[in-house]
Amino acid sequence: MKKLLLALTASLGMIAAAQAQDKDPTLACFVYVGSHNDGGYSEGHDKARLFLQKEMGDEVKTKYVENVSEGPDATRVLQQLARSGCNIIFATSFGFMDSVVKVAKQFPDVKFEHATGYKTADNLATYNARFYEGRYILGKIAAKKSKTGTAGYIVSFPIPEVVRGIDSFMLGAQSVNPDFKIKIVWVNTWFDPGKEADAAKALFDQGVDIIVQHTDSPAPLQIAEKRGKFGFGQASDMSKFAPDAQLTAIVDHWGPYYVQRVKALRDGTWKSQSSWEGLKDKILIMAPYENMSADTKKMAEETEQKIKDGFDPFTGPITKQDGSVWLKKGETAKDETLLGLNFYVKGVDDKLPQ
Amino acid sequence: MRLEIERRATRSSLYAALSPFIALALTVVAGGIMFAALGKDPFSALYSFFIAPLTSAWSLNQLAIKSAPLILIAVGLSVCFSSRNWNIGAEGQFIAGALMGSILPVMAPDWTSPLLLPIILVLGMVGGALYAAIPAILKAEFNANEILSSLMLVYVAQLFLDWTVRGPWRDPQGFNFPQTIQFSDSATLPPIYAGGAAHWGFVFALVAAVVTWFMLRRTLKGFEIRVLGESSRAGRFAGFSSRRMVYFSFLFSGALAGLAGICEVSGAINQLQPVISPGYGFTAIIVAFLGRLNPLSIVVAGLVLGLTYLGGEAAQITIGLSEKVARVFQGFLLFFVLGCDTLILYRIRLVSSRRASGEEAAQ
Repeated sequence: MKKLLLALTASLGMIAAAQAQDKDPTLACFVYVGSHNDGGYSEGHDKARLFLQKEMGDEVKTKYVENVSEGPDATRVLQQLARSGCNIIFATSFGFMDSVVKVAKQFPDVKFEHATGYKTADNLATYNARFYEGRYILGKIAAKKSKTGTAGYIVSFPIPEVVRGIDSFMLGAQSVNPDFKIKIVWVNTWFDPGKEADAAKALFDQGVDIIVQHTDSPAPLQIAEKRGKFGFGQASDMSKFAPDAQLTAIVDHWGPYYVQRVKALRDGTWKSQSSWEGLKDKILIMAPYENMSADTKKMAEETEQKIKDGFDPFTGPITKQDGSVWLKKGETAKDETLLGLNFYVKGVDDKLPQ
Repeated sequence: MRLEIERRATRSSLYAALSPFIALALTVVAGGIMFAALGKDPFSALYSFFIAPLTSAWSLNQLAIKSAPLILIAVGLSVCFSSRNWNIGAEGQFIAGALMGSILPVMAPDWTSPLLLPIILVLGMVGGALYAAIPAILKAEFNANEILSSLMLVYVAQLFLDWTVRGPWRDPQGFNFPQTIQFSDSATLPPIYAGGAAHWGFVFALVAAVVTWFMLRRTLKGFEIRVLGESSRAGRFAGFSSRRMVYFSFLFSGALAGLAGICEVSGAINQLQPVISPGYGFTAIIVAFLGRLNPLSIVVAGLVLGLTYLGGEAAQITIGLSEKVARVFQGFLLFFVLGCDTLILYRIRLVSSRRASGEEAAQ
């Protein structure tokens, strides 16, 4: 009898809790490293926040804190958000990693999601997108479009994310033109329009006619526009900055993921995970293919479809830069290798900064 | 018609004491109007800014963490500025101290000893002082402008730190990401009390403020600093050397900035990263002047400025105020404080152009 009563009260309690959850909106909080309208990476996340708000209406409330420096400031902001009643917190920059790990431990009842990191816990999930799939398409377009057979590549930091992009771009380009070359410039920043523009100018002066960027500002594309050359947008569709120069762009599309995770939290199915989805799942989408021949456009669209159907850009045979074999014919790269990727494929004429 | 600023004949000590409060009141009124114009409730906005951060032990701890480096650096700068040595490069000395102090935790992570932490802190001070010695030597021996040389050295320090964490000191387990290994427990500056978040850096800041205040007001050295600041010629007659003062003030402020740097790294960040300061070295210049170069007032100024940072975040979270508006509000505060201080010493006079041109003609 006592057991029955206990079970009854317990289930009543659960119903009450479930009902309460139905009524109360979930509070989803976001931390941005830049400002919410930076025109690039943080704006991508803020658009996704608004998407979440629109999709879920009264079921969700959102808050954000912007321009948060990595380090002690991030730790403090995360703690403050957790204390102010956030149910789920999205830390959208890689550099917040150790802060999130620390704060997640202190607030076991709050769920944390960290973009592009690699440390998880019971209440800390990570999410990322397979941007390299898009870069493979960029590589093919560049090789087909370029007259000089050389592209310029403006990059931020030699982390696996960036190295993956370079390798994937190169593999795409080589599949069209085996002798394709790239010139790489490290600018050591994610966002610095001045530096990025200088890098673009230097590259064009050296005779490249297409540039790729793994930095966030539209400055390189604007230089391309001015010089009558071409480039690709980063993180968001930048065609308004360079209508005649942008060939396409890899657009971050975090919104559906945010909706999915907040919904999971509401039905109690939220679990810690490392999400790494691609073109097929629409977490990244390609901006319209423009300023290219019908032929090139067709190739790009076909490649995009092929990847959505399951083709992996990292499919052997692939040789490393030093000439040793990485992947045998038909073999695909393991996620663990890709997550820590720290070497170039053959044909990249650059040394990884050590 | 033109405006002229002229020194008041008498200085009202009552108004001098009231000035910060008048400034605060003006800030509250102006801020309230701005918040209302933005469609936010001015009372809850002001509450988030000034009161909310003081209502919990957690946020008081955070306030101590945030203001510790500001106070430490500003106290050092008060000696520099009082003696008219314009050290603008505290940000660089902060980084140099952090780097020097990190040598043992990064290169000998397995070495644990009760002596480790004191050695780390001393190395941090030495690092900051050595880095400040560069503009000091350039000024004292070659008469180079210390404003330029100390400021330029900030960028050198930032880039050197950047290179260090990407290159030789990069965590081998860190997936190529630019950061060093985490400091071991014995290299970590502990919290002031168990369970708290604020580390000993805040205590160091308070001690530094009291000691420096004593030195400035009660010792011959303090007299020397003030005399040389007022007039180096008069100082020379008194037998004081302005050349030695250049070294003293730079090394002193450099050591405190270096201590702030290593405290921040060892107590709060726990590792070196490409960027370890959101501009503490520059904000501390504001703190030093807000505190009228008096070390004890600097403690208050540092806490108030720290409070507006935390308040800005609280306002973003509770009422969705943009970060930019929070910065504007902070600007209001600085503007009114400095404005009030100026108007207590000076007054503004409207001079009619007719009279002014007449004066010129007479000359």
